[in-house]
Amino acid sequence: MVDRILGRGRDATAEAAEAADAVTAALTDPKQITWARVQLARNLRRPRILDLVGAMAEEFVELHGDRLFGDDEAVVTGLARIGDRRVVVVGQQKGADTEENIRRNFGMPHPEGYRKAMRIMELAERFGLPIVTFVDVPGAHPGPESEERGIAEAIARSIGLMSRLRTPIVVVITGEGGSGGALAIAVGDVVVALENAVYSVISPEGCASILWRTSDEAPTAALAMRMTAPEQQALGVIDIVVPEPGAGAHTDHAETARRLKAVIVEQLDALARVSLDDLVEARYRRFRGFGAFREVDATPPPPPERPGLADRLRNLLDPGRWSGISSIPAGRADREPPARDEV
Amino acid sequence: MPPVPRTRLEGWSDVPIKLPSFRPRRDAYPPDLWTKCPSCGEMLFNKQLDKVLRVCPSCGHHFRLSAAARLDLVLDHGSFAERDGGLESEDPLGFVDQKGYPDRIAAAQLATGMRDAAVWGTGLVDGRPVAICVMDFGFMGGSMGAVVGEKVTRATEHALAERIPLIVVSASGGARMQEGTLSLMQLAKTVSALERLRAAGVPFVSILTDPTTGGVFASYAVLGDVNIAEPNALIGFAGARVSAGTIAQELPPGFQRSEFLYEHGFLDLVVHRSALRDEVVGLLRYLVARPQPVVEVIEGEPLALPNFRPFSFLTNLAERVLPPESAPAAPPNGNGAGPGTPPTPTPSTSGPRESSTSPPAEEAPRG
Ligand SMILES: [Zn+2]
Repeated sequence: MVDRILGRGRDATAEAAEAADAVTAALTDPKQITWARVQLARNLRRPRILDLVGAMAEEFVELHGDRLFGDDEAVVTGLARIGDRRVVVVGQQKGADTEENIRRNFGMPHPEGYRKAMRIMELAERFGLPIVTFVDVPGAHPGPESEERGIAEAIARSIGLMSRLRTPIVVVITGEGGSGGALAIAVGDVVVALENAVYSVISPEGCASILWRTSDEAPTAALAMRMTAPEQQALGVIDIVVPEPGAGAHTDHAETARRLKAVIVEQLDALARVSLDDLVEARYRRFRGFGAFREVDATPPPPPERPGLADRLRNLLDPGRWSGISSIPAGRADREPPARDEV
Repeated sequence: MPPVPRTRLEGWSDVPIKLPSFRPRRDAYPPDLWTKCPSCGEMLFNKQLDKVLRVCPSCGHHFRLSAAARLDLVLDHGSFAERDGGLESEDPLGFVDQKGYPDRIAAAQLATGMRDAAVWGTGLVDGRPVAICVMDFGFMGGSMGAVVGEKVTRATEHALAERIPLIVVSASGGARMQEGTLSLMQLAKTVSALERLRAAGVPFVSILTDPTTGGVFASYAVLGDVNIAEPNALIGFAGARVSAGTIAQELPPGFQRSEFLYEHGFLDLVVHRSALRDEVVGLLRYLVARPQPVVEVIEGEPLALPNFRPFSFLTNLAERVLPPESAPAAPPNGNGAGPGTPPTPTPSTSGPRESSTSPPAEEAPRG
């Protein structure tokens, strides 16, 4: 698997190196190759949903508001005609400059963004419109307002809604697929990704700062998490990887949109032929099947080490004298586990 | 059951032992006997702490509970039957940080006597059969990988098939990084199953304990028909560090604690541990699986009057008195045996399921 990934990686990064702003290091180290891809996924000039839909749709009407709190501009929703198909589009939108980024909160949605997405996706189901989502998000907004308004609830509900919507869903990961904030609009029948897109359970910086105790190790974490699109395809999380033009999608928006459009139309056509019952069942199966585990003999593993009965009695009778016993790992129930060290 | 000592908590109303006033030297507190309360600093005698459900008698701090102790707390004594105890994580990414992932799992198994961070099975709550899944923070921070996701999902599917309430007790820092996006996919896996449970009108009680954060909070933990939390539990989406670091912003007091979530409308109840079981018992009197629609009527057979069931009294009595064969049927699932196993019609009566003692479950509105 690694060879295949590296093979693909070299091609892409050889192209990337030609671009003025691409990483120019000698990219033979897999860590650097992965990190170059992460940088491409985060490139400021990477095409966003509005660029892509603008280029591939004959018509587009943006719809606004979650009907509950407000209109989150980090999420774009609307109606579009792609080829001869009328669809609903949903996606995160980062800004192209500082001003727009402030307005769009750097593409990090608040709960109202996901609730708007849910409203529009329900609308899609009601009117029999297929859904195309464009995923590009560092992560859902992590601040206090988000927590107060229930970002976790919004994400969980959106995942649940998508799992049962009776209409075809094509997911396209165009840039950063950042954790729950990405998955909230990425539960679909087919998951497509641009070649330099990434998908991960936590940002490489976040992973590094927890497991390596420093965010400087982000490239190491990125490699360990296998977050590039080809690696995710190998894991079965992504179905189709669409090659990017030139040195990356940011160098040619129109061509990127053309290539994506071809895949999206093809997938919509294929999904249109499946009955809705089969579609929803297959979607359930797809996500039901994720995870690598084995089933071993259910006899319990050896009990944790703990002081024997005699030791415990001695301890009970004369704690001071036998305090040396404390070097033996205590029964787990007797300790408060350390503060959280997982995300 | 993992071989963790099952301290039956029947004496929990005992007055806790206060420390003798002649305080011995500090090193006279061997950690397997004494625990220092992180909140008030009091030294607590473990045996006594167990008797008071591991709640600090002087300040009310709720210590974390092992999965075994939690099961003891919530379920009728001795009613738990574990399912799928043999599930073990693999290492799909070949993940290595300071340590290889398999080594981390092995170390956690050795330290806890568990195979992974969750246990599921069937049991009784005040005589009512339930499917229950309990997480344990002691196992790699309760992080959710494939095994936790699978157990929550199997518990959900079992609850759906048997039309019995589902209880999930969360204690987790979130998704397990070492399994990458495959652990992220557990959010979709568990939530998809819960959607089916919800649509079928089978109740789900989510109990959130310290801590419930990240991907676990943003999936099944937040989706209970009723969400219950223990006091002052850390509950939130983003780690407080992340929030404070990414966003240059002062965090409000009590941020991401149970009471904060309650105030903002995401919890129904914040309940002291000593009242938790009673609260669940009370809820399950209301949250009863919606009777399944009668599928077919045999042609020509006269329908009995719906309310005329001469033996219903006896049936009721029997249900209460007889040791319920709580966990009927449902062979241990094979690997990947799944959801689609069509809801096995319970070998119950032909009429609508007995529900005379309880009002019908009210369906929660969809969000
Ligand atoms: Zn205390």
